[in-house]
Amino acid sequence: MIAGYFTHHAQALLGSLGRLCRAPFATALTLLVIGLALALPLALALFVSNAMAATGGFTGAVDVSVYFKPDTALSRVQQLARDTRARAGVATVQVISSADALAEFRQYSGFGAALDALGSNPLPNVLHVRPAPDASGAADLDALRHYLAAWPEVDTVQVDAEWVLRFNAILGLLRRVLGIAAVLLGAGVLAVIGNTIRLEIQGRRPEIEVVRLVGGSTGFVRRPFLYAGMLYGLGGALLAWGLVVLAVLVLRTPVATLAQLYGSRYALSGPGVREVAVVLGAGVALGWLGAWAAAARHLRRIEPRA
Amino acid sequence: MILFERVSKRYRNGREALRSATFSIDRGEMVFLTGRSGAGKSTVLKLIALLERPTRGNAVVNGHNLATLRSRHLPAYRRTLGVVFQEHRLLDDRPVFDNVALPLVVSGVSPPEMDKRVRAALDQVGLLGKERLLPSELSVGEQQRVGIARAVVGKPAVLIADEPTGNLDPGLALEVMRLFKRFADVGVTVIVATHDLHVVHEFSQRTIVLADGQVQGGAEAPLPSMTAVR
Repeated sequence: MIAGYFTHHAQALLGSLGRLCRAPFATALTLLVIGLALALPLALALFVSNAMAATGGFTGAVDVSVYFKPDTALSRVQQLARDTRARAGVATVQVISSADALAEFRQYSGFGAALDALGSNPLPNVLHVRPAPDASGAADLDALRHYLAAWPEVDTVQVDAEWVLRFNAILGLLRRVLGIAAVLLGAGVLAVIGNTIRLEIQGRRPEIEVVRLVGGSTGFVRRPFLYAGMLYGLGGALLAWGLVVLAVLVLRTPVATLAQLYGSRYALSGPGVREVAVVLGAGVALGWLGAWAAAARHLRRIEPRA
Repeated sequence: MILFERVSKRYRNGREALRSATFSIDRGEMVFLTGRSGAGKSTVLKLIALLERPTRGNAVVNGHNLATLRSRHLPAYRRTLGVVFQEHRLLDDRPVFDNVALPLVVSGVSPPEMDKRVRAALDQVGLLGKERLLPSELSVGEQQRVGIARAVVGKPAVLIADEPTGNLDPGLALEVMRLFKRFADVGVTVIVATHDLHVVHEFSQRTIVLADGQVQGGAEAPLPSMTAVR
């Protein structure tokens, strides 16, 4: 019984595959439309993930610099650093003493002689506070800034996050656009597969009538069309994957060259396992759904004639 | 066993194709349905095959009430029937073997069993050895016999045939009818709708004569004259 069930499915799958192969031009056109529709959201998703990778992500780029008044003792700064570390939402706190800052400045600035001419160290003690990844939003940063600025020893609190927040907003917008594109193009894939299956049902009407007459259940009649839909979806998704990989290969060298000009070793990355799994899964699911909708609507109208 | 009690069928266009028809057919019996075009022969077969439901009356086939049988049980019911058409209704892109095997595929019969039964059915209709040919490579008579093999391969309890000899010459028509008689002899109930009275007269089987949707002279009607149904 179970063997018969799997045999049925295998026959339906192979039969559907055979029918697609016997009409290579029509199948290729359908796959191309589906592939392009799936390639666009995949490419957009890849663009977002590459943009995040190129900028090192959002979280590592947010820094809060706390500049203390000139007469603040280093021990007091270290005490405040310990308090800050104990606060929720803070990843790291680094103390940069005025002496360390001066030594570093002397080493890298080339103004050593000028500094020697100064009677005292003009640089303040500084804390570099890095928020935790999940506490890097605008509201979290504002709360942290208020907390740090409330200390009487603090002269200035500088939040180096505005560009990150803007970048964050752009990526958020892109993600939203990606979502809309995925929904619209997914609906397009549904329509394409549904229409293809509708035409196939019409073309096989005599066969469907005979199968129904000899006792074929609705599930039996519908099965090859569902497999055809899934094969269209899977084929389209594989094509989309191939197109995007091709685009990445074409763009990899110019992007690397551009990155080198900015002193970066960044290399464009193609779709990962997760992205590929999502696009293949989406292709198969959309294919099944489109075929099911078409079969449910059109097979109902086909009854055998005497 | 087939029982029609005061069965009527009115189509959506208002035409009443069958009017209070009453007859019964025993298991293993071969019966001819005759009558002019539009007399209701095809409607009786459509009701038995459940391509249509009766409007009124009680129609029972092998214990299944045709008026109340649920749609989800329809496929299983149809697997107990064999249907032969005048125009064969073969799948032109499939070889003879696949055409005949279709009812077995639908029923989930295993490939070895399927192979055995298809060959047996083709042997019964004299087409063993032609299983790899396409229907278009066969003569009209052979195509009709493929249709018959497809109808009987599932070992149906009831075999219905709608004008099965309409496209055949007299010799082939008699050959097909002899096939049907052989199936009836092994317990299959056979109902043949035909207006070919030469065939009807050749076989001494019971004949149900329909006229204007009604059974003429009861279910035990005498054979119609050669001119009565032309």
